[in-house]
Amino acid sequence: METNEVFDKVKGLFVEDLGIDESKVTMEAKLEEDLEIDSLGIVEVVMAFEDEFDIEIDDEELADVSTVGEAVKLLHSKI
Amino acid sequence: MSKRRVVITGLGTINPLGNNVSDSWEKLINGISGIDNITSFDTGDLPVTFAGEVKNFDANEYMGKQHARKLDRSGHLSIYAAEQALLDAGFNPEERMGSNCGIVFGTGIGGIGATEDAVRVYDERGASRINPLAITQLMPNSSTGQVAIKFGIEGPSLTITTACAASANAVGEAKNMIENGIVDIVVVGGTESGTTPMTIGAFAQIRALSTKNDTPAEACSPFDKNRDGFVMAEGSTVLILESEESAKSRDAKIYGYIVGYGSTTDAHHITAPAEGGEGAVRAMDQALKDANLSVDDVDYINAHGTSTPANDKNETSAIKTLFGTKAYEVDISSTKSMTGHLLGGAGAFESMVCILSLQNGVIPPTINLNDKDEECDLNYTPNNAVNKDMNIAMSNSFGFGGHNGVLVFSKT
Repeated sequence: METNEVFDKVKGLFVEDLGIDESKVTMEAKLEEDLEIDSLGIVEVVMAFEDEFDIEIDDEELADVSTVGEAVKLLHSKI
Repeated sequence: MSKRRVVITGLGTINPLGNNVSDSWEKLINGISGIDNITSFDTGDLPVTFAGEVKNFDANEYMGKQHARKLDRSGHLSIYAAEQALLDAGFNPEERMGSNCGIVFGTGIGGIGATEDAVRVYDERGASRINPLAITQLMPNSSTGQVAIKFGIEGPSLTITTACAASANAVGEAKNMIENGIVDIVVVGGTESGTTPMTIGAFAQIRALSTKNDTPAEACSPFDKNRDGFVMAEGSTVLILESEESAKSRDAKIYGYIVGYGSTTDAHHITAPAEGGEGAVRAMDQALKDANLSVDDVDYINAHGTSTPANDKNETSAIKTLFGTKAYEVDISSTKSMTGHLLGGAGAFESMVCILSLQNGVIPPTINLNDKDEECDLNYTPNNAVNKDMNIAMSNSFGFGGHNGVLVFSKT
């Protein structure tokens, strides 16, 4: 799967499942500041990723993820 | 030091009758029921297929999906009612209320819908798929916290879970906070959204609910010989309480005064009222003493009046015990005949009813009261509203656990 396809799926999850405004979801967007995903929300995001891509994400892997782009990069490396 | 007087300066509500105060009041004084067949889920094999559901309310539309997802429905309703009440009181909901404002909310079963959903997911998909928002949706203080966050309420907060007396106790405790000078303003309310499959099923198992599935609007018939249980309802009502000087200093509209609060416990049985409503007698007596009033001063009693065989009989006995011969003169009604039972949201809703009754000089009726029970022989304002100039109203709320909360309101 190409990076842009992963991004499209991630964007779909954010918009459809989490109710985030579509225009806010860019590769540069910060999860916490721009998308208002707090510490509880990030757990939901991980669950949604795991279901969508049929993978498992460890808490440690999330340590370096603070933007949509970084999340896409992590997911791309695991698929 | 004499106690400060406590006024009501704002009202907000969303309930089976309507999604604001004026629509709800119109239905109340015209004797129109808000109870109908359940539409929010498939009732499957439930023995009860009707309830008092809130209608025409989409939380996603109201607060946006991203925010709405974080709350149980009981929380959505709380924020909706609180915003109305703050606006009604002349506050700007966009501004923080600050540390001179407290919050007290009552609920019987908190985010029970969120609990049911989370358990279902756990059973079907295992622990790793439990909604991480489940705890913050289902905890009973969720509405208290969420309303405080939304409107920047930084003063003291309490969540009261005395079942069906919860928001009556909430109003009473809020009154105490203001009387004692702890804060000048309290956002006080009740909320409940237990019109969910397991909850309806569980209440039905203890034979607490009416099973008149063919005639939902006529099912709740307090004090009637053929009553067979209460009707589950959902909703939230919020009142803005304020010290009289605070309200006057900002030229706020004053609906009326909260002058008395009584709180007692039966210490008898977890669901059944004490024989003769002994705990209720003490609560009503205490509330009147707190108000420096006697039974002769009471113009109207908004009864707990759930339409269960045990409540209506024992509440009637309790009123007779305390009021003596005056019991036969005082006007009584149960507005649960129209709303159904809002459980932890009932006390706040019925406080609103008392305030509006005093202000408008109208007593809403007890509908579906066609064949009075011999043991319920007082004046329950059957089927039609009554116009009457009044000054003092009393609201009774009694909850599983044996909790009794009674409030007394004054127009002047």
